[in-house]
Parts: sequence; structure tokens; C-alpha cells
Amino acid sequence: MTLAIKANEFVTLVGPSGCGKSTLLKVIGALIRPSRGKLSFDGVPLVSPTREVGIVFQEPVLLEWRTVLDNVLLPAEILGLDRARARIRAMDLIKLVGLAGFEQRFPRQLSGGMQQRAALCRALIHNPSVLLMDEPFAALDAMTREELGFELLRIWDTDKKTVIFVTHNITEAILLADRVVAMTPRPGRIARIIDIALARPRTIEMEFSTAFKSYSDQIREVIYHGASRA
Amino acid sequence: MSIESSIGTLAQDDEAAELKQSTLKAIIGATMTLVGLVLLWEMLVRQFQVPSWLLPAPSLIWQSMLEWRSELVEHSLVTLYETLMGYALAIAISVPLAVAVVYSPLLQNTIYPILLALQSMPKVAIAPLLALWIGFGALPKIVVVFLVCFFPIIVATTSGLTAVPTSLMDLIRSLSASQLQTFVKIRFPTAMPHIFVGLKIAITFAVIGAVIGEFVGSENGLGYLILISTSQSRTPLAFGALVLLTVMSIVLYYAVALIERIAVPWAPRN
Repeated sequence: MTLAIKANEFVTLVGPSGCGKSTLLKVIGALIRPSRGKLSFDGVPLVSPTREVGIVFQEPVLLEWRTVLDNVLLPAEILGLDRARARIRAMDLIKLVGLAGFEQRFPRQLSGGMQQRAALCRALIHNPSVLLMDEPFAALDAMTREELGFELLRIWDTDKKTVIFVTHNITEAILLADRVVAMTPRPGRIARIIDIALARPRTIEMEFSTAFKSYSDQIREVIYHGASRA
Repeated sequence: MSIESSIGTLAQDDEAAELKQSTLKAIIGATMTLVGLVLLWEMLVRQFQVPSWLLPAPSLIWQSMLEWRSELVEHSLVTLYETLMGYALAIAISVPLAVAVVYSPLLQNTIYPILLALQSMPKVAIAPLLALWIGFGALPKIVVVFLVCFFPIIVATTSGLTAVPTSLMDLIRSLSASQLQTFVKIRFPTAMPHIFVGLKIAITFAVIGAVIGEFVGSENGLGYLILISTSQSRTPLAFGALVLLTVMSIVLYYAVALIERIAVPWAPRN
């Protein structure tokens, strides 16, 4: 099975726990070597991590001893980017995610949702062309989760990137994506790739449309009964 | 956003005030209990006319501490010196060794079992050997202090250095960070609160180590003073030395805790 992801595309990987979604994401980020198969980026084989990738995890994993601003600047420091310019970009990103005024706060002073917003800024600071997100909103409450999903779409709209987003939430997968990659468990396989033809910008009302229901039925079918029956 | 921010500050101030109040309550409670126990001790000793060589009354201990104050100060300084030197030596050796152990699987497999064996040996039993090898000066005591301190520090440092969440390591790796960057920016700061746990445990052992060293063979120090005064039935003076040892231990512990607060303000507080 070949999964070709186009530039600036929003792809979600959806599947039950243990189907290897996160592993696939790590393979895409070149953090682990695939046991079989190949990975290439812009036609060039990818064997080691590239700075074209930004990552957001389920947990914010911010550094407790750094302020929000300094946390966001961490990748810029490691990559040795121009400090002054990185700072300006960091402030812009912090504003973009709605954390303006919290730059000098420490992570423990922020709510889970706010910490995850800061983690998103950190992933974007070095302006990567690919954003890998590993169940980034799974640890948040349902309302914050929805809110952050739409905010992510808004940010993606102003600053286009290829987003690969892992989730086990089918609604979230459809609502965000251009394409949903549905995976089956044991052995973890890509079972189907479904194009989502819903208009953008996406709205919460779309969840109740017949098209949405048909997508979610298709995905459920694949996840629960395997690719052959779908 | 300004409303949200002021609510945040308000909650923090509340929390801080609550913490201060509970700390104050704890201090008052501990002091009252201590004063009560000392008074009870004084009363019982007077009531039953316990001889002073067996169990002196607190008032008598206090008197003898005043009488012998210059000797007590002198011997305290000796013990304090041995304690601090041994403790510093333990930090200077344990922390770099822990770093080496974490970065080298070979060292992990070779040094760690030896350290464990060394830790399992009773230090009281090693102390006479140290006297035999390096004499009766301050050095053997410093070595005993080092021996009791190094293990908690090395264990705490090792576990701290390996406590970085996997996802954070993935993030750092995705940026192709160098080993040095990873150590300076992530691993060491992550380890700091853990290291201080080890440092706080070690400092409570340190004074005990110095006294063990002095018991085995010495011409000064509070441990020596206790030995001499009990052998001459000057029990109140022995108690005076004991009081000073306790005070020294407590003061040193809180000094380390204070340094922790300044150096690692993000450490969880209890």
C-alpha cells in the first residue's frame, strides 16, 4: 500500500488503539526505521529526521523551567536560527493561538489546553513544511478539544502546511481532514483512504449532514470489519 | 484575556497564602510539642530524682552547654568541616559519575554492581580500616562522610537523567539536536529536582558519617566529645554535644532545601 501525501494537505490517520497509528507517524518523522517499506520526501529517500518536520504530542511536554516564550523558542535554539527573527515569529505564533499576554508564564500556570497551544507554537517555530500531530487533543476535555480543532484549521488556513494528524476519534478525523486514512488493528494496516469532500471552512453543523454520516459509516465499517467488507 | 489572566493570579495568591498559613501552623505545632516534651522530661527527672550521670535534666544540660561553650564551638567546627568536605566530595564525584553511567552502558554494567556492593557494606565496619590506612586526622572522617553520601546522590542523579519523557526525546531527536544540547537544555534541568532529593537525603546522613568516623579514632569533633564525656560520666556534656549535632543536621538540611528553592524553583514542593 502506498500513501502519497500532497503538499499542504490535511491528512488524518484514524484507527483503534494498537493499530500502529503512532508508529506510522514516527516512521513518517524518520524517528524510527520501518521494518519494511520506504519513505521519501519530495522524491528523496528519507532516512534521518529533517528540520522540515514539527511535532505535537498527546502531552504538551513543555519544559517546566522555561516560560511559554522560551519553550516556543527551544527548536529555534537547537537549530541555531537567528534569535531576533525567531523571537518575532514566536510572538506572532503565540498571538495566533490566543496566548498573547502569557509569554512569560510558566507551564504549570497554564491549563492543559493552553499548554497544548504553546506546544503547537513550538512545533511551528522553525516553519516546517510538515506538521505531525500524535493525538494532540486526546488528553483534553471534549469542549476544549473541539475548540482547538477548529483553531488548528484556522491556523492551517493562514499558514499552509502538510498536516498528518493521528486520532482515534472518527468525528475529529473527518471534520479536520482532506483525506482520512483508516487503519485496521493487528496486523496494523492502512485499509482505506477516504477523500472528504466537505466544504471549507468546516463548521460544527457539518457533523450532522448526511455526507458526514456516510463518511463516518464507511470508516467504522473499515475499522470494525476490515477492508475486504468495506 | 486580561480577565483570565487576573483570575490566574488571584488563584495563585490564594494558594500561596494558604501555603504560608499551613506552614506557620506546622511550625507552631512542632514547637509546642517539643517544648511540652522537654518540660515533661524536666518534671519526670526531678520527680523521680534520676541521677544526672544516668539522665540529666534539660536545665542541667543547658547549664553544662554554657559552661563548656568554647569547647563545644571548637568541636562543632571540626565536625562541621568534616561533614561539609565529605558532602562536597560526594557531590563532586557522584554527579559526574552518574552522568558517565547514564551515557555508557558499559559503565552501567560494571560500576553499578560495585557501587551497590559498596553501599551494602556497613560504614561503621569500614571506618576502623580507614583509620588504619589514612590515620586519625580529618581525612578518614571525610571519607566516611563521602561513603555515606555518595550513594543517594548517584542513584537520584541517574534516575533524574533518565526521567526525560520519551516524546520529548523524540522531539529533540526530530530537530537533530547534539548530545551536548540535549544534556544542557533537557536532561540536566530535568534531573535537577531528582538530584536535590538525593542531596537532601545525603545531607541527613552526612553528620552521622562524621560522628561514626570520630567514634573510631579521633582527638576532636563532637563525636569524640561524646565518647570522652560519657567515659568520664559527664553525661550532661554528652547530651549538649548531641543537641548540637541535631541542630547542625537540621540546619544543614534546610540550607540544602533553601538552595534547592533558589536553584530549582520549578521543583515540586512538599
